[in-house]
Formats: sequence, structure tokens, C-alpha cells
Amino acid sequence: MSAIATNVSSRCALAMGVVAVVLGFASTARADDMMVGKTIATQGTAKGVAACISCHGAQGEGNAAAGFPRLAGINATYLSEQLSAFANGERKSTIMQPFAKLLSSNGRNAVALYFSSLPPPAGIKAGDSTAITPSNTGAWIATRGRWDQGLPACAQCHGPGGIGVGTAFPPLAGQPAAYIESQLHGWKIGARPPGPMALMPVVVSKLSDTDISAVAAYYAGNVGSSNNAVPVGSKQ
Amino acid sequence: MISQSRFSKGALAGLFVAAFGVIGGTAYSAEVSTSDSTPSAAKAFTPPAEASMPTDEFGKSIKLGEQIFTHTPEFAGKYVGNPLNCASCHMDAGRKPNSSPLWAAYLLYPAYRSKNGHVNSFAERMQGCFRYSMNGKAPPLGDPVLVALETYAFWLAKGAPVGEKLPGQGYPKLPPPALKADYTRGSQVYAQHCALCHAADGQGQSSGGKAVFPALWGAHSFNWGAGMGEIQNAAGFIKANMPLGLGNTLTDQQAWDVATFMDSQERPQDPRFTGSVEATRAKYHDSPNSMYGEKINGRVLGAP
Repeated sequence: MSAIATNVSSRCALAMGVVAVVLGFASTARADDMMVGKTIATQGTAKGVAACISCHGAQGEGNAAAGFPRLAGINATYLSEQLSAFANGERKSTIMQPFAKLLSSNGRNAVALYFSSLPPPAGIKAGDSTAITPSNTGAWIATRGRWDQGLPACAQCHGPGGIGVGTAFPPLAGQPAAYIESQLHGWKIGARPPGPMALMPVVVSKLSDTDISAVAAYYAGNVGSSNNAVPVGSKQ
Repeated sequence: MISQSRFSKGALAGLFVAAFGVIGGTAYSAEVSTSDSTPSAAKAFTPPAEASMPTDEFGKSIKLGEQIFTHTPEFAGKYVGNPLNCASCHMDAGRKPNSSPLWAAYLLYPAYRSKNGHVNSFAERMQGCFRYSMNGKAPPLGDPVLVALETYAFWLAKGAPVGEKLPGQGYPKLPPPALKADYTRGSQVYAQHCALCHAADGQGQSSGGKAVFPALWGAHSFNWGAGMGEIQNAAGFIKANMPLGLGNTLTDQQAWDVATFMDSQERPQDPRFTGSVEATRAKYHDSPNSMYGEKINGRVLGAP
């Protein structure tokens, strides 16, 4: 009994040692990437990539008036995939495509890592109001969908309050309304690639222009500091 | 990696047997157009519009029931043992046909159930949901949680014929698979169509402390007593409702295969466990649609 326990604990100790060494290397590499990413984000590159923060905000918070998305606190894998899609032309943007092409794969990963490490805008809530009525189209589509048309609720994949889930479902909360609208329209016209399992093209096929505006306004409003009409995250 | 001796000999033959004697043709969702609906089929029932929910004292109970249904851990926390919601398996807050809608279930109780050998009220039926699907404990009869859920179901069923089995009730009963349902093929279907959301290890994904994509097996999923642990139920649910927003895009074969894969994993013990897996299987899982007590990947499912 105690022999087994000793054996197990020594094996555990060995395993933990290996893990610690690997993590040590990993954390050094991560810190290096973070520095590279921060440099690209704040200063751009000699090859002509503009500093990301000049459009996306000093803290990666985005620019609501211009419709430039927030990058802060968004999953690094997702951000990196978007940069790759810009670089290979699958995702269309006259602004982003040239910059993404000028970055190396490592540079794209590094800048994605940097922005993912920044805190999301204050006031984003991991929850939706439970007092939403169908007359509030944006909130209703966001939280309940429209299942008689087979339309899932946004929150069913993008999480409570649209805060994002894992690597494949980015946050909607705190994105500029103009950005969310342009992306949803982008799927309709093929400016965005279909994405994982081609889920979004099916979703947008069931959204009218009015629906798109409403749902974009709902998620743009899920930040505490803004003047939103939708009570978000209130619990009863 | 995967044991070849995972099915008992009778298991798959039984799948065929179990799938006979079902209502053919009418049970498919209209979400994606199919040619399966027969013109003579009764028109699908439409529950009352959300906007018509009363706002009086009675309406408050309806609303509470809806909230419990869609946010179960938050509104009925003391009776749940996992982070699932009722609406995880009953889509659109219990409204969606072919997703075991509440309005259709409400009409069918009281009913005799072989599962427990007596006539069950609707409230007792819901107690089973908490005990098995939610891996929790049954709220006592008369508990405000059960009252609110029953009130919500009653309202959703307004105008529907009591005692009648309506189109869209339960999950579709799929015809038997052309090929024997297969764990390995199911694992491939899972990787391609399910893992994006439910994760490669079946544990689902959470965000902000809430389960967004439910765990399909393991400690945080439904237990061995739940209906979804029976392969024919899971296959019907998956066919009509999964992947989310893409219902009826998997073939029947894919649905049978992936349901077999999902229901061949470890999950919390059946609360009716007698102390012996063999005896528990004999008493409660003596069906080719249950993998409880079967040896999968060298391990007996349900063994403590």
C-alpha cells in the first residue's frame, strides 16, 4: 500500500518536474512573442504595417464611431486565424488584407497573443436580461433566436451576454454595432469565409437587414459604460 | 484503441427491433425542408406566442417556469447536479417540435410508465428529469419549481387536445440504420460535426461560469438513468436538432452512429443502482439501446 503510494508520488514528482521545465520554456517563448506582438501593435513594422492601435485603440478597445473592432481580450487563436484569412484573401478587407500579408505567420500569432492578453472593455456582463420580450427584436434574436425558422440564438454559441466561447466563437459583446453589422452582411456577400462548419452563412440567411441592425445594437450595448437602452445581465 | 468486442451480440439486432413499430414519416422538423412529411399528417401544433403570455399572478408563474426551463442552475439550483438546462435538450425553451416540446408532453400525462411501474402525473414525470437528466434530486411534489414548470407547460399547451400524441411530440423515431450502428464511425462523425462545440473530450464548453455547450458525458453530464442515455432517443434528438442550426443535415446512419458513440461513454451512476452493475442492467437497462453494463474499451460502463 505505502509502496504503491510512494511509487505514485515519485512518479508524480517526476512528471511535475518535466511539466515545470516545459512550462518554463513555454513561458519564456510566450514572453518573447508577447514583446514582438506588443511592438507590432504599438509601433507597426519596418515593412509598412501600421501600428494596430492607431485604428483599434490604445488598449485594443476598438473604435465605435469608425466601426473598427475591439481586439482586447479576444482569443488568440481566433485573432490569428482572422489575420491568416486576411493574408490569404479569404476574408476581404481593403484595410486589413495588405497589413496581414506583410506580417509573417509568427508576427500574426504574436500580435494576436498580445491583444488576447489585454483586458476586455469594462462592464461586459456574462449574462442577458431574463426580462426580454419578443418586441425587442435584437435582444430576442440574441437570447432566444427564431426557431420557427431554425435560427438559433446568438447566445447559444457566443455565450451569455455574447462574451465569447472558446477559440471558435468570438465575443460579440462590446463590439461596435457598425462592425457587427458589416460582418453579418459580409457573410451574406461572401466577404467573410464560411468559418467553422459553415455555421454563420446559414445564420445570416435567416436575418433581415432590420434583424442585423437590431442584434448589432444589442451586443454593442453590452458594456456598462455606454448609454444602452437594454438592461443587460440583470437577474431577478 | 477501440475494442472490437464492445457490443453484446444481441445489441445491434435489438436496435432494429426497437426502431420498428414507430410512427413513420411525420416526425421530422420543418427546419430544413424534407420530403418526409405526408400530406395527411395532422398539422403541427403552434404554442401561444410569447407576447401573449399573461402578466397577472398566473402569468408570473408561467414566466418563472420559462426561466427555470432556460436557466435551470440559476433558478432551480438546489435540485440540479450538473450545469445543464432543461432547454439543452428541449430546444427553443420547450417549444421546438421534435425536441420533446413541453406542449406535447403536457398532454400525455397522467400516464403509466414502465420505467417505474405506475401511473405518473406530469409533475412526477418532471421529477424524473431532475433526478436523471439533471443528475440532481427531485423537487418534492408541490414545490414552487415544479408548480412553475407545470404552469409553463400548461400554458404552452393551450388549445391542444388532451390525451393526444401530436406531431412533433418527443424525439423522432428514426428507422433502423442501414448498417449496424458503430462506435468507430460514430467517433468520426463526432469529430467532424460535434467536437467544435462539445469539445473533443465531450465535456462541452463554458463561458462566464455558465455551460454554453453541454457536457455530453462524464461527471457534468446527465446520468445513466436519463432518457438521453438510450441510443434511440439520442439518435432522434441528434437527427432533428444537431448540429445547432443545422438540424436534419446528418444522415440517419450518422445519427445512429454518433448516438452510439456518445452513449458508450462513462457518465454519473444511475441513482437506482442496486450495488451491482449486472443487476442494475438487468433491472433498468435490459435493452439493446442502453450500453450500461457493456464493456467498452476494456471498461464496463457504469462500474463504480
